[in-house]
Amino acid sequence: MALVVNEEQQMLKESARGFLAEYAPISEVRAQRDSGSEVGYSPALWAKMADMGWAAILIPEKFGGLAFGHVGMGQIIEETGRTLTASPLLSTAILGVTLINLAGSESQKAELLGKIANGDLTLALAIDEGTHHSPANSKMSAIKQDGEYVLNGTKRYVVDGSSADNLIVVTRTSGKPGDLKGISLFNVNSDTNGINIERTNMVDGHNSSIITFTDVHVDENSLLGEFDRGFRPLSTALDVANVHLACELLGIAQESFDITLKYMKERKQFGTLIGSFQALQHRAASWWSEIELCKSIVLKALQSLDEGDAKSPALASIAKAKLCEIVELSTNEAIQLHGGIGMTDEYDIGFFIKRARPAQMLYGGYSYHADRYALISGY
Amino acid sequence: MSNLDSFRLETRDWLESNCPESMRKPMKTADDGCWGGRNFKFKSDDQKLWMDRMGEKGWTAPEWPTEYGGGGLSKAQHKILKEEMARIKARSPLESFGIWMIGPALLKFGSEALKQQHLPPIVRGEIRWCQGYSEPNAGSDLAGLQSKGTDMGDHLLANGQKVWTSYGDKADWMFCLLRTDPDAKKQMGISLVLFDMKTPGVKPKPIKLISGSSPFCETFLDDVRVEKDQIVGEINQGWTIAKYLLTHEREMIGGMGLTGAGSKTLGSQAIDSLGTTSGRLNDLFLRTEVAKWEIDAAAFACTAERANDEAKAGQGVGATSAMLKYYGTELNKRRFETLLKVGGSDELIWDGDLSKNDGWMAKTWLRTKGNSIEGGTSEIQLNIIAKNILGLG
Repeated sequence: MALVVNEEQQMLKESARGFLAEYAPISEVRAQRDSGSEVGYSPALWAKMADMGWAAILIPEKFGGLAFGHVGMGQIIEETGRTLTASPLLSTAILGVTLINLAGSESQKAELLGKIANGDLTLALAIDEGTHHSPANSKMSAIKQDGEYVLNGTKRYVVDGSSADNLIVVTRTSGKPGDLKGISLFNVNSDTNGINIERTNMVDGHNSSIITFTDVHVDENSLLGEFDRGFRPLSTALDVANVHLACELLGIAQESFDITLKYMKERKQFGTLIGSFQALQHRAASWWSEIELCKSIVLKALQSLDEGDAKSPALASIAKAKLCEIVELSTNEAIQLHGGIGMTDEYDIGFFIKRARPAQMLYGGYSYHADRYALISGY
Repeated sequence: MSNLDSFRLETRDWLESNCPESMRKPMKTADDGCWGGRNFKFKSDDQKLWMDRMGEKGWTAPEWPTEYGGGGLSKAQHKILKEEMARIKARSPLESFGIWMIGPALLKFGSEALKQQHLPPIVRGEIRWCQGYSEPNAGSDLAGLQSKGTDMGDHLLANGQKVWTSYGDKADWMFCLLRTDPDAKKQMGISLVLFDMKTPGVKPKPIKLISGSSPFCETFLDDVRVEKDQIVGEINQGWTIAKYLLTHEREMIGGMGLTGAGSKTLGSQAIDSLGTTSGRLNDLFLRTEVAKWEIDAAAFACTAERANDEAKAGQGVGATSAMLKYYGTELNKRRFETLLKVGGSDELIWDGDLSKNDGWMAKTWLRTKGNSIEGGTSEIQLNIIAKNILGLG
């Protein structure tokens, strides 16, 4: 397959750009933050996104979806990176949909996917328990008892945890932390007795929560996928999520660069434009080159997800690692090249670094993915 | 059967019966390459036979028009030819600056007479070319070159000194930039001319590099007679053609960051050399360096692929050769630095019985230091990106 975005995908990207410019310009990020919103995103905007069909992009047609694929979804996510738009796209339309599709029974799919497609159901993945992503080390327990399961434990940094209708909970049902076998997934209504949700205020203002489960009783139908064998679909879903996070980071890296390049052509010191200084030109040129590499690896990883090829896990880790490195460069250079104004809250550039770092760390940053890639490669 | 399918079958048949067995084995060193030309010492009869057969067919320059000796193949047919050659592991029949550089420039800018005169011998490997661009005081500032071409009425008289002439001592002809109008603005007074290296007054002298080899020469021009019909394009308009050729050169060198198919990955060399414990390399700091290199290399390989596919689809910025040259050469330098650390002290043995492959690693590592200098330094590539792509003045 040619490594280019085709005409349909390009149209989707442009339509996403137009939509976000109209309904979610960067001023909305500021408004959202200043309002102290509990939800962390705009529910009205999410309803409009669902009307656009964005919640349904990865859902198969027979469950009411568009089946437009990862390259298509990636174009939208990249654009939301440029505008720093918070929404349940990642937690619900990407992670939730992928997990249900991979692990769910036919009846679970029929029940849940259609609702997601219409924007009537949001999900959150309750996975990490510590400060660093480490899915195989999940300790939270689920014990089978009288035809139901009892869940106990604490989950942290749950994206959209305090707003989602349902939680997909990663639990350990056998073995010890670190084992790949013995992980089971549950689909649990957030209102179930024994669940306590506390919003964590993160630097990006997105929705993140600590969720405590105390003797939470759920019925057998809550099990998502095979008992003890949840790691496989989980791992694939995390690859998918990481590739889309890489798309978001690509949008952030590009927009930081574009804004800074524009500034270099306006700002004068020593009686001339700062963009005429070779020391800065070389920094910009090398930065631009790195972003070109990012565009290529992200597109490759997206295509690989659509083709379902065996290289997907390695490519997902390469893409996430590379984007973590370059978005860090981008957001740091953006502030430095703006000088003092880049440090002010009044100027927008500071929002980019604030969203970039949580998105980098979510589901593993550079070190996690470089390590994972090396292990996959046999070293 | 489609035309392309039948082309594939014919090509397969032809290669099977015409590619000598010994030309289906990988080259042991870069010295095994076939460069052709009047002075070339063939390593074997098979090497010459393979070059001659491919040259006669025009397949040393597969996409050039048949009227100039080329293969006249379409891009799709050329791709099939490459695949079929790779299938039987056929060596490249001819390495040639004629095919890579001056040939394409002549096809685009040369007169009919120049094409007829020079292209067929290039295809057949009869004439080997070298490039006379840089001068001692015109490196990065190439347009500041001072070698003169004085108008003598029916011919030009060339005087000056060229440097970094690749294989200048082995080449038969030179394509050379001369200042033909000393009064014009610097880019406006330059001409691209062609002359035989046997012309009286042409003296190439090899330069020994830190790697121990001498692939380059300095070439002295002392009252060298250049015929006026050997000027490519118009007189004083050579800079446009020179820039076109530089882009070609960048693209050629930019491929360096890509390790060839079949060659061992950095990761697997590290495993062989250092071993692993519980799945992780036995040197954890070096493991990080290896992984970082492989991640960057994978992203770079995708970028080369995307640039190629975008060009085919008529998309893209079209000026990415500077970026590919910059990134690819820097990546190649990093690769060899890491390979040295992976291999350890053994790789630093220069020669003698204890050396592996006659010190290949140490010599090749040193040679890579030139990658980010030749064909326009990394700093010049960054200038080009800043100016032409980012619009920073």
